[in-house]
Amino acid sequence: MLKDITLGQYFPIKSVVHRMDARFKIIITMLFLVMLFWGQRLTTLGAGLFFVIVATACSRIPPKMIVKSIKPIVPVLIITGLFNLFLLDGGKIYWKWHFLKLTEEGVHTSAFMIARICLLIAGTSLLTYTTSPIVLTDAIESLLSPLKKLKMPVHELAMMMTIALRFIPTLIEETDKIMSAQKARGADLESGGLIQRTKALTPILIPLFVSAFRRAEELALAMECRCYHGGEGRTRLRVLKSGLRDYLALAFTLLLFATVILCRIYVRF
Amino acid sequence: MPILEANNLTYTYSIGSPFQKTAVDHINLQIEQGEFIGIIGHTGSGKSTLMQMMNGLLKPTEGTVLLDGKDIWAKKADRRAVRFQVGLVFQYPEYQLFEETVYKDIAFGPKNMGLDEKEIDRRVRETAEAVGLDEKLLEQSPYALSGGQKRRAAIAGVMAMEPRVLILDEPTAGLDPLGRTTVLTQLREYHKKTGCTVMLVSHSMEDVAKYVSKLLVLSHAKVVCYDTPERVFARGAELEQIGLALPQITKVFHGLKERGITFPEEVYTVRFGAELLRAKLEGSTPPC
Repeated sequence: MLKDITLGQYFPIKSVVHRMDARFKIIITMLFLVMLFWGQRLTTLGAGLFFVIVATACSRIPPKMIVKSIKPIVPVLIITGLFNLFLLDGGKIYWKWHFLKLTEEGVHTSAFMIARICLLIAGTSLLTYTTSPIVLTDAIESLLSPLKKLKMPVHELAMMMTIALRFIPTLIEETDKIMSAQKARGADLESGGLIQRTKALTPILIPLFVSAFRRAEELALAMECRCYHGGEGRTRLRVLKSGLRDYLALAFTLLLFATVILCRIYVRF
Repeated sequence: MPILEANNLTYTYSIGSPFQKTAVDHINLQIEQGEFIGIIGHTGSGKSTLMQMMNGLLKPTEGTVLLDGKDIWAKKADRRAVRFQVGLVFQYPEYQLFEETVYKDIAFGPKNMGLDEKEIDRRVRETAEAVGLDEKLLEQSPYALSGGQKRRAAIAGVMAMEPRVLILDEPTAGLDPLGRTTVLTQLREYHKKTGCTVMLVSHSMEDVAKYVSKLLVLSHAKVVCYDTPERVFARGAELEQIGLALPQITKVFHGLKERGITFPEEVYTVRFGAELLRAKLEGSTPPC
């Protein structure tokens, strides 16, 4: 049951996109998001779809996985769609009942909104599919490092995030183990009412907390033993390196972005 | 009829993902009532997975586990009842202690079985004694105990359910030599006294050789051999090939054999070896 939880959703295969500098991937994803919200309808959808298709093809992530990433937000899609469909004014009116009406504008906007959210999720999940959470944190730290000048504890924040991410699988594994151990002693976790089930969690939560504290203490000690003293003068094992492919990818995205903006200024649909 | 039986038992982790791995691969096994079985294999050979299938914590991907001839994953089977009959002590069981007192923690299993106060009290006191925990310790917090005491308290927690099959997954891991001998000796005593079936998982030949009546050797998710220790150790070369060290005393006797000094039996405990040697020496040289 617990083993099915995947952290982030890193999909470990080899591809150009996987090898890209994570900082560039973050910037490109951000550009992609801005583009989705800035452009006109048709150009945005066209450019967005084009981007997602190219990026998916380059990353060799099975398209099935992209579809899977959209699944959890289907309720959001339905609600957004219904609201826009029945509450928007403008254009031809197809149908009307009290305050609910079906208009041309409503149909268009609703379709566009749904498509836009799908693209948004598909594009961003490509980032997490192709970048491991640890590398992602490194990249965020690197991108935020200018804020250090403003006395923001960027390194400490990134370190906390890295540690938290690093220990999620460990704690899941531990929870699984403790649950199995208590089940082996006849703990009943599956039946009973709310109160009974909450009570049944005690044999799991207490050992879990104890072990989390123990781990934290051991980790702090181990870090101190290796002379960890914060981010100052600290070098990295995995240095983020940017190369030609990163600039090419960025150029491609900027080009797409520029097209969308130019269309917005000069072309009227 | 064997008390526990595995037929074609298979378990595969993370099916369909890039991490797919078969931990137990079509294993057939029969365990008779009252046996003391040692299970040896390398880390990752599938020992723990196999044990967790034996008491219905993991559902086999393929194959069946039979307890008294009944499939524990049959539609109407009560897996919770199975777990009371096949008690499993996990690796590092001290991490599962959670109650305010040792007494309450040991009583957790019996309480889940729905036993009455008096019976629970008897079981707690008996098992605490069996694992050598002092009466005074019962009222203390389990977190106040020493490492070895915690381990024994946790083992007592499973024993208190009085399972017919007791499975222990590396009960001596991380203990000092004295703690190890204590746990193993107590286990043997417990086995003798109750006559229940014990399965002891370990990766140390040294540990299990002395105690068990049968050995199950696993390697790469498959059974290498399942036989009495003598017969298993007779295949020494094969065992070393899969990376399992023979007990040192057995190695000494294999060395003697290579040099032409043969003994009729396979030796795997120091005491037995010493007896054989003494008999041989006394037999060949006249007493003075």
